[in-house]
Amino acid sequence: MSGRVLVGVKRVIDYAVKIRVKPDNTGVVTDGVKHSMNPFCEIAVEEAVKLKEKKLIKEVVAVSCGPQQSQETIRTALAMGADRGIHVDVSGKDYENLGPLQVSKILAALAKQEDAQLILLGKQAIDDDCNQTGQMTAALLDWPQGTFASEVSLEGDKINLVREIDGGLEHIKINTPAVITADLRLNTPRYATLPNIMDSLMNNETELHKPNHRTSLCVGLIPLFETVAPEDMQGGTDRSGAMLRHTVLQSGKPKRIILSCLCI
Amino acid sequence: RTQVSGVGDGVLSAFRSICGEEGVSLGEAVREQHGKDESVHRCRPPDVVVFPRCVEEVSALAKVCHKHRLPIIPFGTGTGLEGGVGAVKGGVCFSLRNMEQVLDLHPEDFDVTVEPGVTRKALNAYLRDTGLWFPVDPGADASLCGMAATSASGTNAVRYGTMRENVMNLEVVLADGSIVHTAGKGRRPSLLSLLLSLVSLLRKTSAGYNLTNLFVGSEGTLGIITKTTLRLYGIPEAMVSAVCSFPSVQAAVDSTVQTLQAGVPIARIEFLDDVMIDACNRFSSLSYPVTPTLFLEFHGSEQSLQEQVKTAEDITQSNGGSDFQWARDTETRNRLWKARHDAWYAALALRPGCKAYSTDVCVPLSRLPQIIVETKEDLIENRLTGPIAGHVGDGNFHCLMVVDPNNPEEMHRVHLFTERLARRALAMDGTCTGEHGVGLGKRALLCEEMGPVGIQVMRSLKDTLDPNNLMNPGKILQREEP
Repeated sequence: MSGRVLVGVKRVIDYAVKIRVKPDNTGVVTDGVKHSMNPFCEIAVEEAVKLKEKKLIKEVVAVSCGPQQSQETIRTALAMGADRGIHVDVSGKDYENLGPLQVSKILAALAKQEDAQLILLGKQAIDDDCNQTGQMTAALLDWPQGTFASEVSLEGDKINLVREIDGGLEHIKINTPAVITADLRLNTPRYATLPNIMDSLMNNETELHKPNHRTSLCVGLIPLFETVAPEDMQGGTDRSGAMLRHTVLQSGKPKRIILSCLCI
Repeated sequence: RTQVSGVGDGVLSAFRSICGEEGVSLGEAVREQHGKDESVHRCRPPDVVVFPRCVEEVSALAKVCHKHRLPIIPFGTGTGLEGGVGAVKGGVCFSLRNMEQVLDLHPEDFDVTVEPGVTRKALNAYLRDTGLWFPVDPGADASLCGMAATSASGTNAVRYGTMRENVMNLEVVLADGSIVHTAGKGRRPSLLSLLLSLVSLLRKTSAGYNLTNLFVGSEGTLGIITKTTLRLYGIPEAMVSAVCSFPSVQAAVDSTVQTLQAGVPIARIEFLDDVMIDACNRFSSLSYPVTPTLFLEFHGSEQSLQEQVKTAEDITQSNGGSDFQWARDTETRNRLWKARHDAWYAALALRPGCKAYSTDVCVPLSRLPQIIVETKEDLIENRLTGPIAGHVGDGNFHCLMVVDPNNPEEMHRVHLFTERLARRALAMDGTCTGEHGVGLGKRALLCEEMGPVGIQVMRSLKDTLDPNNLMNPGKILQREEP
């Protein structure tokens, strides 16, 4: 199989950052907070670049939907070895409402436009944990999907895939074109080296796209009511004596109780 | 709250008013956690642990301790190997883990400033999008400020240097609470030409005494390091790993010397002796020939790597080396180096139920074969298990002593062995500690190494900066008890 691979890369808050909820509970603090490429997207980019190095595909195109800063994420993909970038400009209210349904519509449209043979995505983003974009994109295109991939190998115009599922590992074979989502053990992403980063800064390989009205970004709006931080952990108490005492008090006379060790 | 010896309620409430209720702990478990590291020295818990959140709090806490003459013990990650955090006289442990910001990254200048809670792996993860990294790698995921305090080193010191060469500035809180910037506040002395990638990039300044390197390696006895400015390097474009077996220790060391002399900017040269290779074979089901072995790693561009590997291979062959294997891709490289990575566990697996303790001496390269041969004879003669692993490019090696902690007679034999080993190194113009520091256990050896005049100079500096001996007492220098 030769041809073009589309890789979706999402800009998210860096995994090492301590998330803080905004005082008005409308969301999490993002201003001034370190952002980077979603770790599962890094794995997807690495897999695409590996396929290109093995000469099984011709071109890797990195796609990101978001505001101006998404270009940094695309540049990281370029520095890792992607050939071209497409930045779909979504900002303001539209960006706040951007979710898997909207992104998958965009990716489906781009896949047709770019005549892509393969779409590689991370299995989920670490900020919303939706795990939906890959599946929705495949459904919109009516393409086969290989999700939670931990091994990918191309065989002619088919793909052999190992999927990580609850019961263990599942081996499937799907036709191309297809959508694959990357799981953790698919590969270890390379670091972008300084010369490659400098190259990606200087070369203008990123196109800017504005989503057209047919993509209807407002459809499928999920209203967000409130964001709260989880409660602080409370200390535990030793209740080992309580069961016995409680039973004795209730009946008024001592009972023979087999005390199983119930310490909470 | 019960009053703990030495720290009265008045002092505790002063601490609480500085770093909050949650910032002061008297709990036994917390104190024990902060009284030991990864050495064999027993736990010496402090009387109280405080958790400052910024340098102003550190300074205020230090002032309180200074007023009440309380010992101060700085604590980073507790991954030290020489008992440096034991509170031998009780006192106050300053746990700095809540100061964990990466500040002031300047990618164009190749420098970054970090607080003590930032560990080396955390920094490299933070830097991964910039194409830069901090290469000093002592194995553990240690606090970078802690690494500065112990002048840590690691497996790629042969190319990138130790902390001594890579710390450009420090922010230090002294025993009386004053805050000093060792190279001036915010200063990041500019570097020599970035094109000279082979040469360890030297800081360029000639302003006054070298305070930065006074505090590097001071192990908390002169001040609390609250910020360190580090030199960064570009992530290597590519890496190649190689393994080669040798008929003798001499052959392995000769190959190392000649490779360095040939100008190959080798990144790592690790030596494993036959006992260690045997342990690794068993632990990881490998089949390396059971003889002295070198593990090599090269960093550079694709073209320079080809040249480096070819030169190294020719040299090893001319010294009787055999089974030279090399690999370029990550998975195969990791497989090749698996033996070296798992050495610690492989050594432990030789005698299940035992603990492992690492010795640490360093000698001029020319004396390395001799000291290793004599040390191996010593091990056999005294029935000790001590496979050897070494950073052979620096003349530094470790015997991983595997010993039964419940056998006092064996522990004693190990103790005497390590003293003999240190003295053997000193007799060969070496040092009693290559990278782990002096801590509790090597104070007498330091006296032998430095001589009385050297020790006296160190004492004078200590007395000037900390006249009440509050900063981490009992470490590095032996106190003359009145």
